[in-house]
This record gives sequence, structure tokens and C-alpha cells, in this order.
Amino acid sequence: MTWIYIAIIVLATTVGEVMQALGMRRHGEIRDFRPNALGRVAAALARNRFVIASVAAMAVSFFAYMALLTVAELSFAVPATAVTYVLETILAKYVLKERVTALRWAGAGLVVGGVVLVSL
Amino acid sequence: MTAEAARLRIKTWICATVVVLSNVFGNFFLKRGMPADLPTPLSYITALFQPWAALGVALLVLWMMSRMALLSWADLSYVLPVTSIGYVLVALMGNAFLHEQIGVKRWSGILLIVAGVALVSAATPPLTDHSAEHAAERGPHHAPERPA
Repeated sequence: MTWIYIAIIVLATTVGEVMQALGMRRHGEIRDFRPNALGRVAAALARNRFVIASVAAMAVSFFAYMALLTVAELSFAVPATAVTYVLETILAKYVLKERVTALRWAGAGLVVGGVVLVSL
Repeated sequence: MTAEAARLRIKTWICATVVVLSNVFGNFFLKRGMPADLPTPLSYITALFQPWAALGVALLVLWMMSRMALLSWADLSYVLPVTSIGYVLVALMGNAFLHEQIGVKRWSGILLIVAGVALVSAATPPLTDHSAEHAAERGPHHAPERPA
């Protein structure tokens, strides 16, 4: 059961966060942080299908994570889900068309190694 | 650094700080409020309304919103490593408040994360400049600010 939860978490988190980034990129930079302007942003995002799908995926991931914590230690759950960093960086390059420079790959690699060491 | 790049960098740092703190404290309170087991599907929902868990959920909603704001101008491949400094915070807080031991393995992990965060945040700009290559094909959705 543990590994099924982890697979669901990794998949749902990766899909959710990439779609969140995609939806926000389509929306464009938020520049005005006054309440009225933020209300308009929220209204626009509620109709943004990438944002809607990302919220659904992240809800799946959240409940699977709650379930995982009942059967596994945090120190196991965290490094097991660190693989999302690698998957999302790859998707950032190919789906979001970001320029993932050597420095960013190195940074992502260091972080994954670090997360595993901190949590194990 | 141009004025525009400096503006974006400062804005990115402020927003990333909110993202990291709301995530760290949100998860901390959520874990504190979680019951030992979740026997039925309904118990997942009722668990979220315990006071500590509810505070955690509220902070995680703030986390989600600030992260979305950050992603509206910064690259995912930038946001991911930079916000991972939260793992370091969790380890240090566990040490300070819960007296959890930080051994050699954890210190080296903390060092790796800090190095990764420093590398990405200091040496690369927060966003890919697509303006030259795809300005035409990306269409109106990618205008810097859409009319309300």
C-alpha cells in the first residue's frame, strides 16, 4: 500500500505543479497586490482550466499524503517524494519550454541529494 | 543588473519567503493536528477541522496562493530548488524546538540543499526570456498583463 500511495503522490504532484505553472504562465505576471486586483486575478484563475486541473491534482496528492503518513514515517515519505523534483525539472524543460541551464540542473541535483540525506 | 531585473529579483525573494514560511508552518500545524489514524473516508475531512489542523490548512492555502503568484512570473525550474530551503528550516526547527538530533548525514544534506538553493537563486535569473524567440507565436495569453 505504501508504494501505491507514493506512486499516486509523485504522479499527482508532478502533474499538478506543472499544470499550475502552465496556468500561471498563461495568466501572466501578477503586478498589483491590492485586494481588488487580487480578486480579479482569482476570478480569472477560477476560469483557467490548467489552474482548475492543477488544484484537483494537488488535492489528490494532499489526501494521498495524509494516507501515506498513517502508514509510513515522515523520514521515509519525504525522500520518497523528492523524485518529483527531477520529473518536474524535466517537464519544465520540455513542456513549459524553460531554459534549464546547467546551473539549474546542478542546483536541482544538489537539492534532491540533500533532501534524501536530510530525511533518511 | 537593470532596474527591471532588480525589481523582479526583489519581488521574487519576498514572494518566495512567504511560500517557504507558509509551507513549513502549514505542514507543522497540520501534522500536529492529525489524529493517529484515519479509518474512514469521512475521517479525512473531519480531521481537517481540528483547530491545529485547520490552522495548518489555512497556511497551506496561503502557500498555494503565494506559490501561484510566484509562478506567474518565475520559472518552475527556478521556484522548485529555491523553495526547497524549507527542508532546511524544518530540520533546524526540529533541532531547536523538538530537540531532534542533527547528525553528520543530516548536516551534509542541509549543506547540499543550501548549496543548490544558492546556486540557482544567485546565479540564474528567475525567468526564461522568451520575448525574442516566441513573441509572435505565443499570442495574447502571454501579454505581461491581461486587461481585467
